[in-house]
Formats: sequence, C-alpha cells, structure tokens
Amino acid sequence: MASATAVLQSEWTKVRSVRSTVWTLVTAFAVTVAVGGGISALVTATWGDAPPADRAMFDAAQTSFSGMFLGQLALIVFGVLVIGGEYSTGMIRSSLAAVPQRGVLLAAKVAVATALALVTGMVTSFTAFFVGQAFLGQRATTLAEEGVLRAVFGAGLYMTLITMFAMGVTAMLRSPMLSLGILMPFFFLVSSILAAVPKAKEVAQYFPDQAGARIMQAVPMGDAPYGPWGGLGIMALWVVAALAGGYLVLKKRDA
Amino acid sequence: MIELEGLTKRYGDKLAVDNLTFSVRPGVVTGFLGPNGAGKSTTMRMMLDLDRPTAGSVRIDGKHYRQLDEPLKHIGALLDAKAVHGGRTAHNHLLCLAQSNRIPRARVDEVLETVGLTAVAKKRSGGFSLGMGQRLGIAAALLGDPRILMFDEPVNGLDPEGIHWIRNLMKDLAAQGRTVFVSSHLMSEMALTADHLIVIGRGKLLADTSMADFIAVNSRSFVRIRTPEPERLRDALAKAGASAPATAADGALEVEDLPAERIGELAAEHGLVLHELSPQRASLEEAFMRMTAASVEYQAGAPVPGAVPVPGAVPGGAVQQWGGSWEQRKQGKES
Ligand SMILES: Nc1ncnc2c1ncn2[C@@H]1O[C@H](COP(=O)(O)OP(=O)(O)OP(=O)(O)O)[C@@H](O)[C@H]1O
Ligand SMILES: [Mg+2]
Repeated sequence: MASATAVLQSEWTKVRSVRSTVWTLVTAFAVTVAVGGGISALVTATWGDAPPADRAMFDAAQTSFSGMFLGQLALIVFGVLVIGGEYSTGMIRSSLAAVPQRGVLLAAKVAVATALALVTGMVTSFTAFFVGQAFLGQRATTLAEEGVLRAVFGAGLYMTLITMFAMGVTAMLRSPMLSLGILMPFFFLVSSILAAVPKAKEVAQYFPDQAGARIMQAVPMGDAPYGPWGGLGIMALWVVAALAGGYLVLKKRDA
Repeated sequence: MIELEGLTKRYGDKLAVDNLTFSVRPGVVTGFLGPNGAGKSTTMRMMLDLDRPTAGSVRIDGKHYRQLDEPLKHIGALLDAKAVHGGRTAHNHLLCLAQSNRIPRARVDEVLETVGLTAVAKKRSGGFSLGMGQRLGIAAALLGDPRILMFDEPVNGLDPEGIHWIRNLMKDLAAQGRTVFVSSHLMSEMALTADHLIVIGRGKLLADTSMADFIAVNSRSFVRIRTPEPERLRDALAKAGASAPATAADGALEVEDLPAERIGELAAEHGLVLHELSPQRASLEEAFMRMTAASVEYQAGAPVPGAVPVPGAVPGGAVQQWGGSWEQRKQGKES
C-alpha cells in the first residue's frame, strides 16, 4: 500500500509544478474581486435610479460577490486541468504505475486541489467582500450584520465545491477539452438562463451552482425551497455524485 | 521474475492478447518480439495493471502489481515516452514520481545524470525531442532502482549513439542480476541485445526460446543453384547423397547439405550448365518474418513466400497456422 502522505506530497509537487495552477487561481481571484468591485461601484452610482422595491431588497454582501459567475469559470478550468491534464498528456499511465491504488491516487489529487481551491476561495471571498463594501459607501454592510459572515464564508465554500465538481466531471469524462466544452457553457449560460425561465426554474434551482449560490445571499430573496445551508448541501451532493462517478470510471476503465 | 498465466485481452471483438503463458527470468535480457499490432504493448500495460486482463494473471515476484508496496522499487517501466506532462520540468516530473514511492530526492539527479539529461533538468519536457523524451522515460524506469525493468521499444527515436547506449544499459542491468524485458519489432536489434526470446503474433505465443538456440536453428545456410536442367541436377545430387533440394519461388534449387564447391564439381562431372551457384545464409530477420508470416496483422503487399514453421517455436495453437504453408512447401519439394 502506498503511503498516503507520500502520495499527497507527490500530488502537491504535481500541482505546483505546472503553470496553469497559478494562472487559473490568480485569474479566479482577480476576476471575482474586480467584477464584484465594479458592479458595487455601478450600484452606488445608479442608486437614485433604482426602483424602491429593489432598494428595499438590497443585499450589500451578495452584490460584492457579483463577479463570482465569471470568476468560477477560472476555478472550473483549474479543476479540469488538474485531473484532465493527466489524461491529455498520458501522464496518467506514469501516475498509475507509481500508485496503482487508483482510489488513493484520485483522493490525494482531489484533496490537494481542494485545499488550494479552499484557500483561494476564502481569500477571494473576503477580499471581494471588503472591496465591494468599500465601493458601496453608505450602503455597505459589515460582517457583524445578520447572515453576512455566513455569506462571505459560504462564497469561499462555493468556490471550493465548484472546483471539486469540475474535478469529478473530468474524472468521468477523462478529457479536458470535453469537460471544458460541457462545464463552461453550462455554468456561464445554460444554468442561469434556465433559472430565469419560469417553468424551467423549478428544475434549474437544483443545479449545483443555483443551489450553492443561495449561501451568498445575506438577505433572503426569491422562493427557493431550501435555505442557505440546504442549498450548499444540494451542491455538495452533486459534488459527491460527480466524484463517485469519477472514481468508478477510474477504477473500471483501462488507463 | 515476471510470470504470465493465460493472459488474455479482448477489445470488443478483437483478441489483442490470446492466452499468453510465459515467464521472464532474472539475469538475462529477454526480448519480446512481434510484428506491429501483435499485442506487445497491450501485454506490457497489463503487466503494470494499467489495462485489466479479460482473463489470466500477471505476477511480479509472486505478487499482483497492485499488491506491490511502492511498485517503482520493484519494477520500472518505459511504456511510451509520451506518458509525461509536457508542462512540467524533467526534474519535477521525476520528483513527483519519486515522492509517491518514497524514493530519496537525490535519486532524481542521479538518474538524470545516468540518462544524460542533467543539462535540461530544469526545462519543461514538452519541448524535448523524441530521443530526449525517451531518455526521460528511461530515467523514470530507473528511479526506484528496481530489480525488474521493462522497456517498450526503447530505441524508438534514439540516434545511433543513443541506441548503443541503451543496448549496453540493458546488458549491464541484466548482468547485475536484474530482470530485463524489452520489446521490439526488429529481430536484428534483438539479436544484438537479447539472451532469451519470446515471439508473439496476433496475441499468440509463437516462440519462447534462448537466443542461441534460435540462431543455431534459424540461421540456415544453403546453396542456391539455377540451371536449365533442374531434373538432371536433382538426379546428380541424389546420387551424391544430398537430400532432395527445395525449390525457391523463381525455380532455383536450394541445397542445404552439400558445399558449393562439391556441387560445382558434380555439375562439371555431369556436363550440366549452371546459371547461378551461390552460398546463402538466411538472416534472423527472415526467420522471424517466416515465423510470424501467418500472423502478421498489417501486411504490405504479398505474404512472405514459402512460410515454414520455425524450429524452437511453441507447439500448439499457432503451429496449425503454419500447417498450410508447410504442406505447400512439401509439395514444392516434390514437384
Ligand atoms: N485501447 C484499445 N482499444 C482497442 N483496440 C486496441 C487497444 N489497444 C490496442 N488495441 C489493438 O490490439 C492490438 C495489439 O496492439 P498493441 O499496441 O498491443 O500491439 P504492439 O505489438 O505493441 O504493436 P506495435 O509494434 O505496433 O507497437 C492491435 O490490433 C490494436 O489495434
Ligand atoms: Mg507497441
């Protein structure tokens, strides 16, 4: 049996020794913070024109996470490349020859990438929050307000889970191109479009990103049949299903 | 020691590896020979548990690959040189493999030195030439200082100096008592390195023999004769005690048990005209081609004429494949 710490160390070397790790994680941070800050500034500038109903429902915390829909794409790329890079390059055969216990290999790889995504997610969510509040001026909120700390913390967890989901899907599809071709349009367009269509919404609200995003709201709105943690739980179920599927594929298929 | 038992792999309808049973012993270089598509790479992937056998098993020092504790310390393999993430430096590629098997970091620099890649250790392997990639793959195989080494077509892409180097490396490794298993589709290459030979064709075992035996039996020498009066020459040869000569595709006679000088004298005695009288030696490459002719998967043009069974071959299934051509050849002799 390969030693778990040895395999974790090896996976850490793998992830830190390819350039895509740094640029995807930095992009996720920069895009989420910059877009969140920009939209917060826009809200401040156009506050007088907003209808009263919108003003009453205003969620300062969620507004600062407005860049998430774009920033998450960089994390998806990170998750896809961590797993898919092994397949597209043929490295998987070297990796499995070194660690033939396939479950151990996958678990170590997912653990290392998840830890990186968690750190990136938390740094990004707190930074996006404070930058966003700075631009919101009078309408800013603080971590002490009800639900705000949960929303900020939750945003970091959301980014971690979306990365894990991308890893699970890629482990199933075994191809970075195919995985990106499915995940990017889904999370950038399909999911949010369906969530805006009245009938489709009934289903779309259970999609991983739609359900998970609920935790980023400090002021509850909409009529979702789940709360913030319930939504994150639904997202976590998607992650578990994707990773389990990925594990089965890795275990059963020839490398 | 590697032991295969009834190893079989089926891809859909296609039987890529068909009931292979053989062992690879330590202390010698064992050549694994077969034409393109014979199933060599598939067999090697199954040895490393990368592909799951449809039936049968492989034991590495008595254990299944998955049961090996830190497998790189038991068996090192070069499967294909492209099994590398091109974005990683040569050093980091080897380092992550070493760490997973708790191989000391210093060993990475050692193997880079051995294969001559020290100068490019910090370069990303994506930019490597075919030969450099091959050397990196060999470095990975040597990493754990394993007792068993396996190379799939290691000379691919190497320059003459590199080929010379890998040949000596394999011989040295075997001389140190290690098990060395190396595939090739070139008999001539194997004749220079291998002490033992395993030949497969269409996934089936065709021969499991020592190189010395294979050479002794297959480097058949004979005298090739062309004459306008073959029947009279046959009579003369028979009277001189030679066994019935074989007839080549172009009508030339092939005599195995008389030297060219004696045949010349015989022809002179009988006043026979000879158009050709030339001593021939069948190459090992020809012997290999004859052996696998019946099982060549992707053949260009016509089959090799006069395919005959090659002594030293494994009895059983595959022999039947040659049976037909053996009959043809006997008829050819009699005509
Ligand atoms: N993953 C696969 N799926 C389907 N068929 C396969 C697969 N891998 C190999 N084959 C088939 O199995 C047969 C054996 O292939 P293999 O690569 O093992 O041959 P080989 O002896 O290594 O040939 P070469 O000398 O060309 O490297 C071939 O006919 C090949 O097409
Ligand atoms: Mg091959």
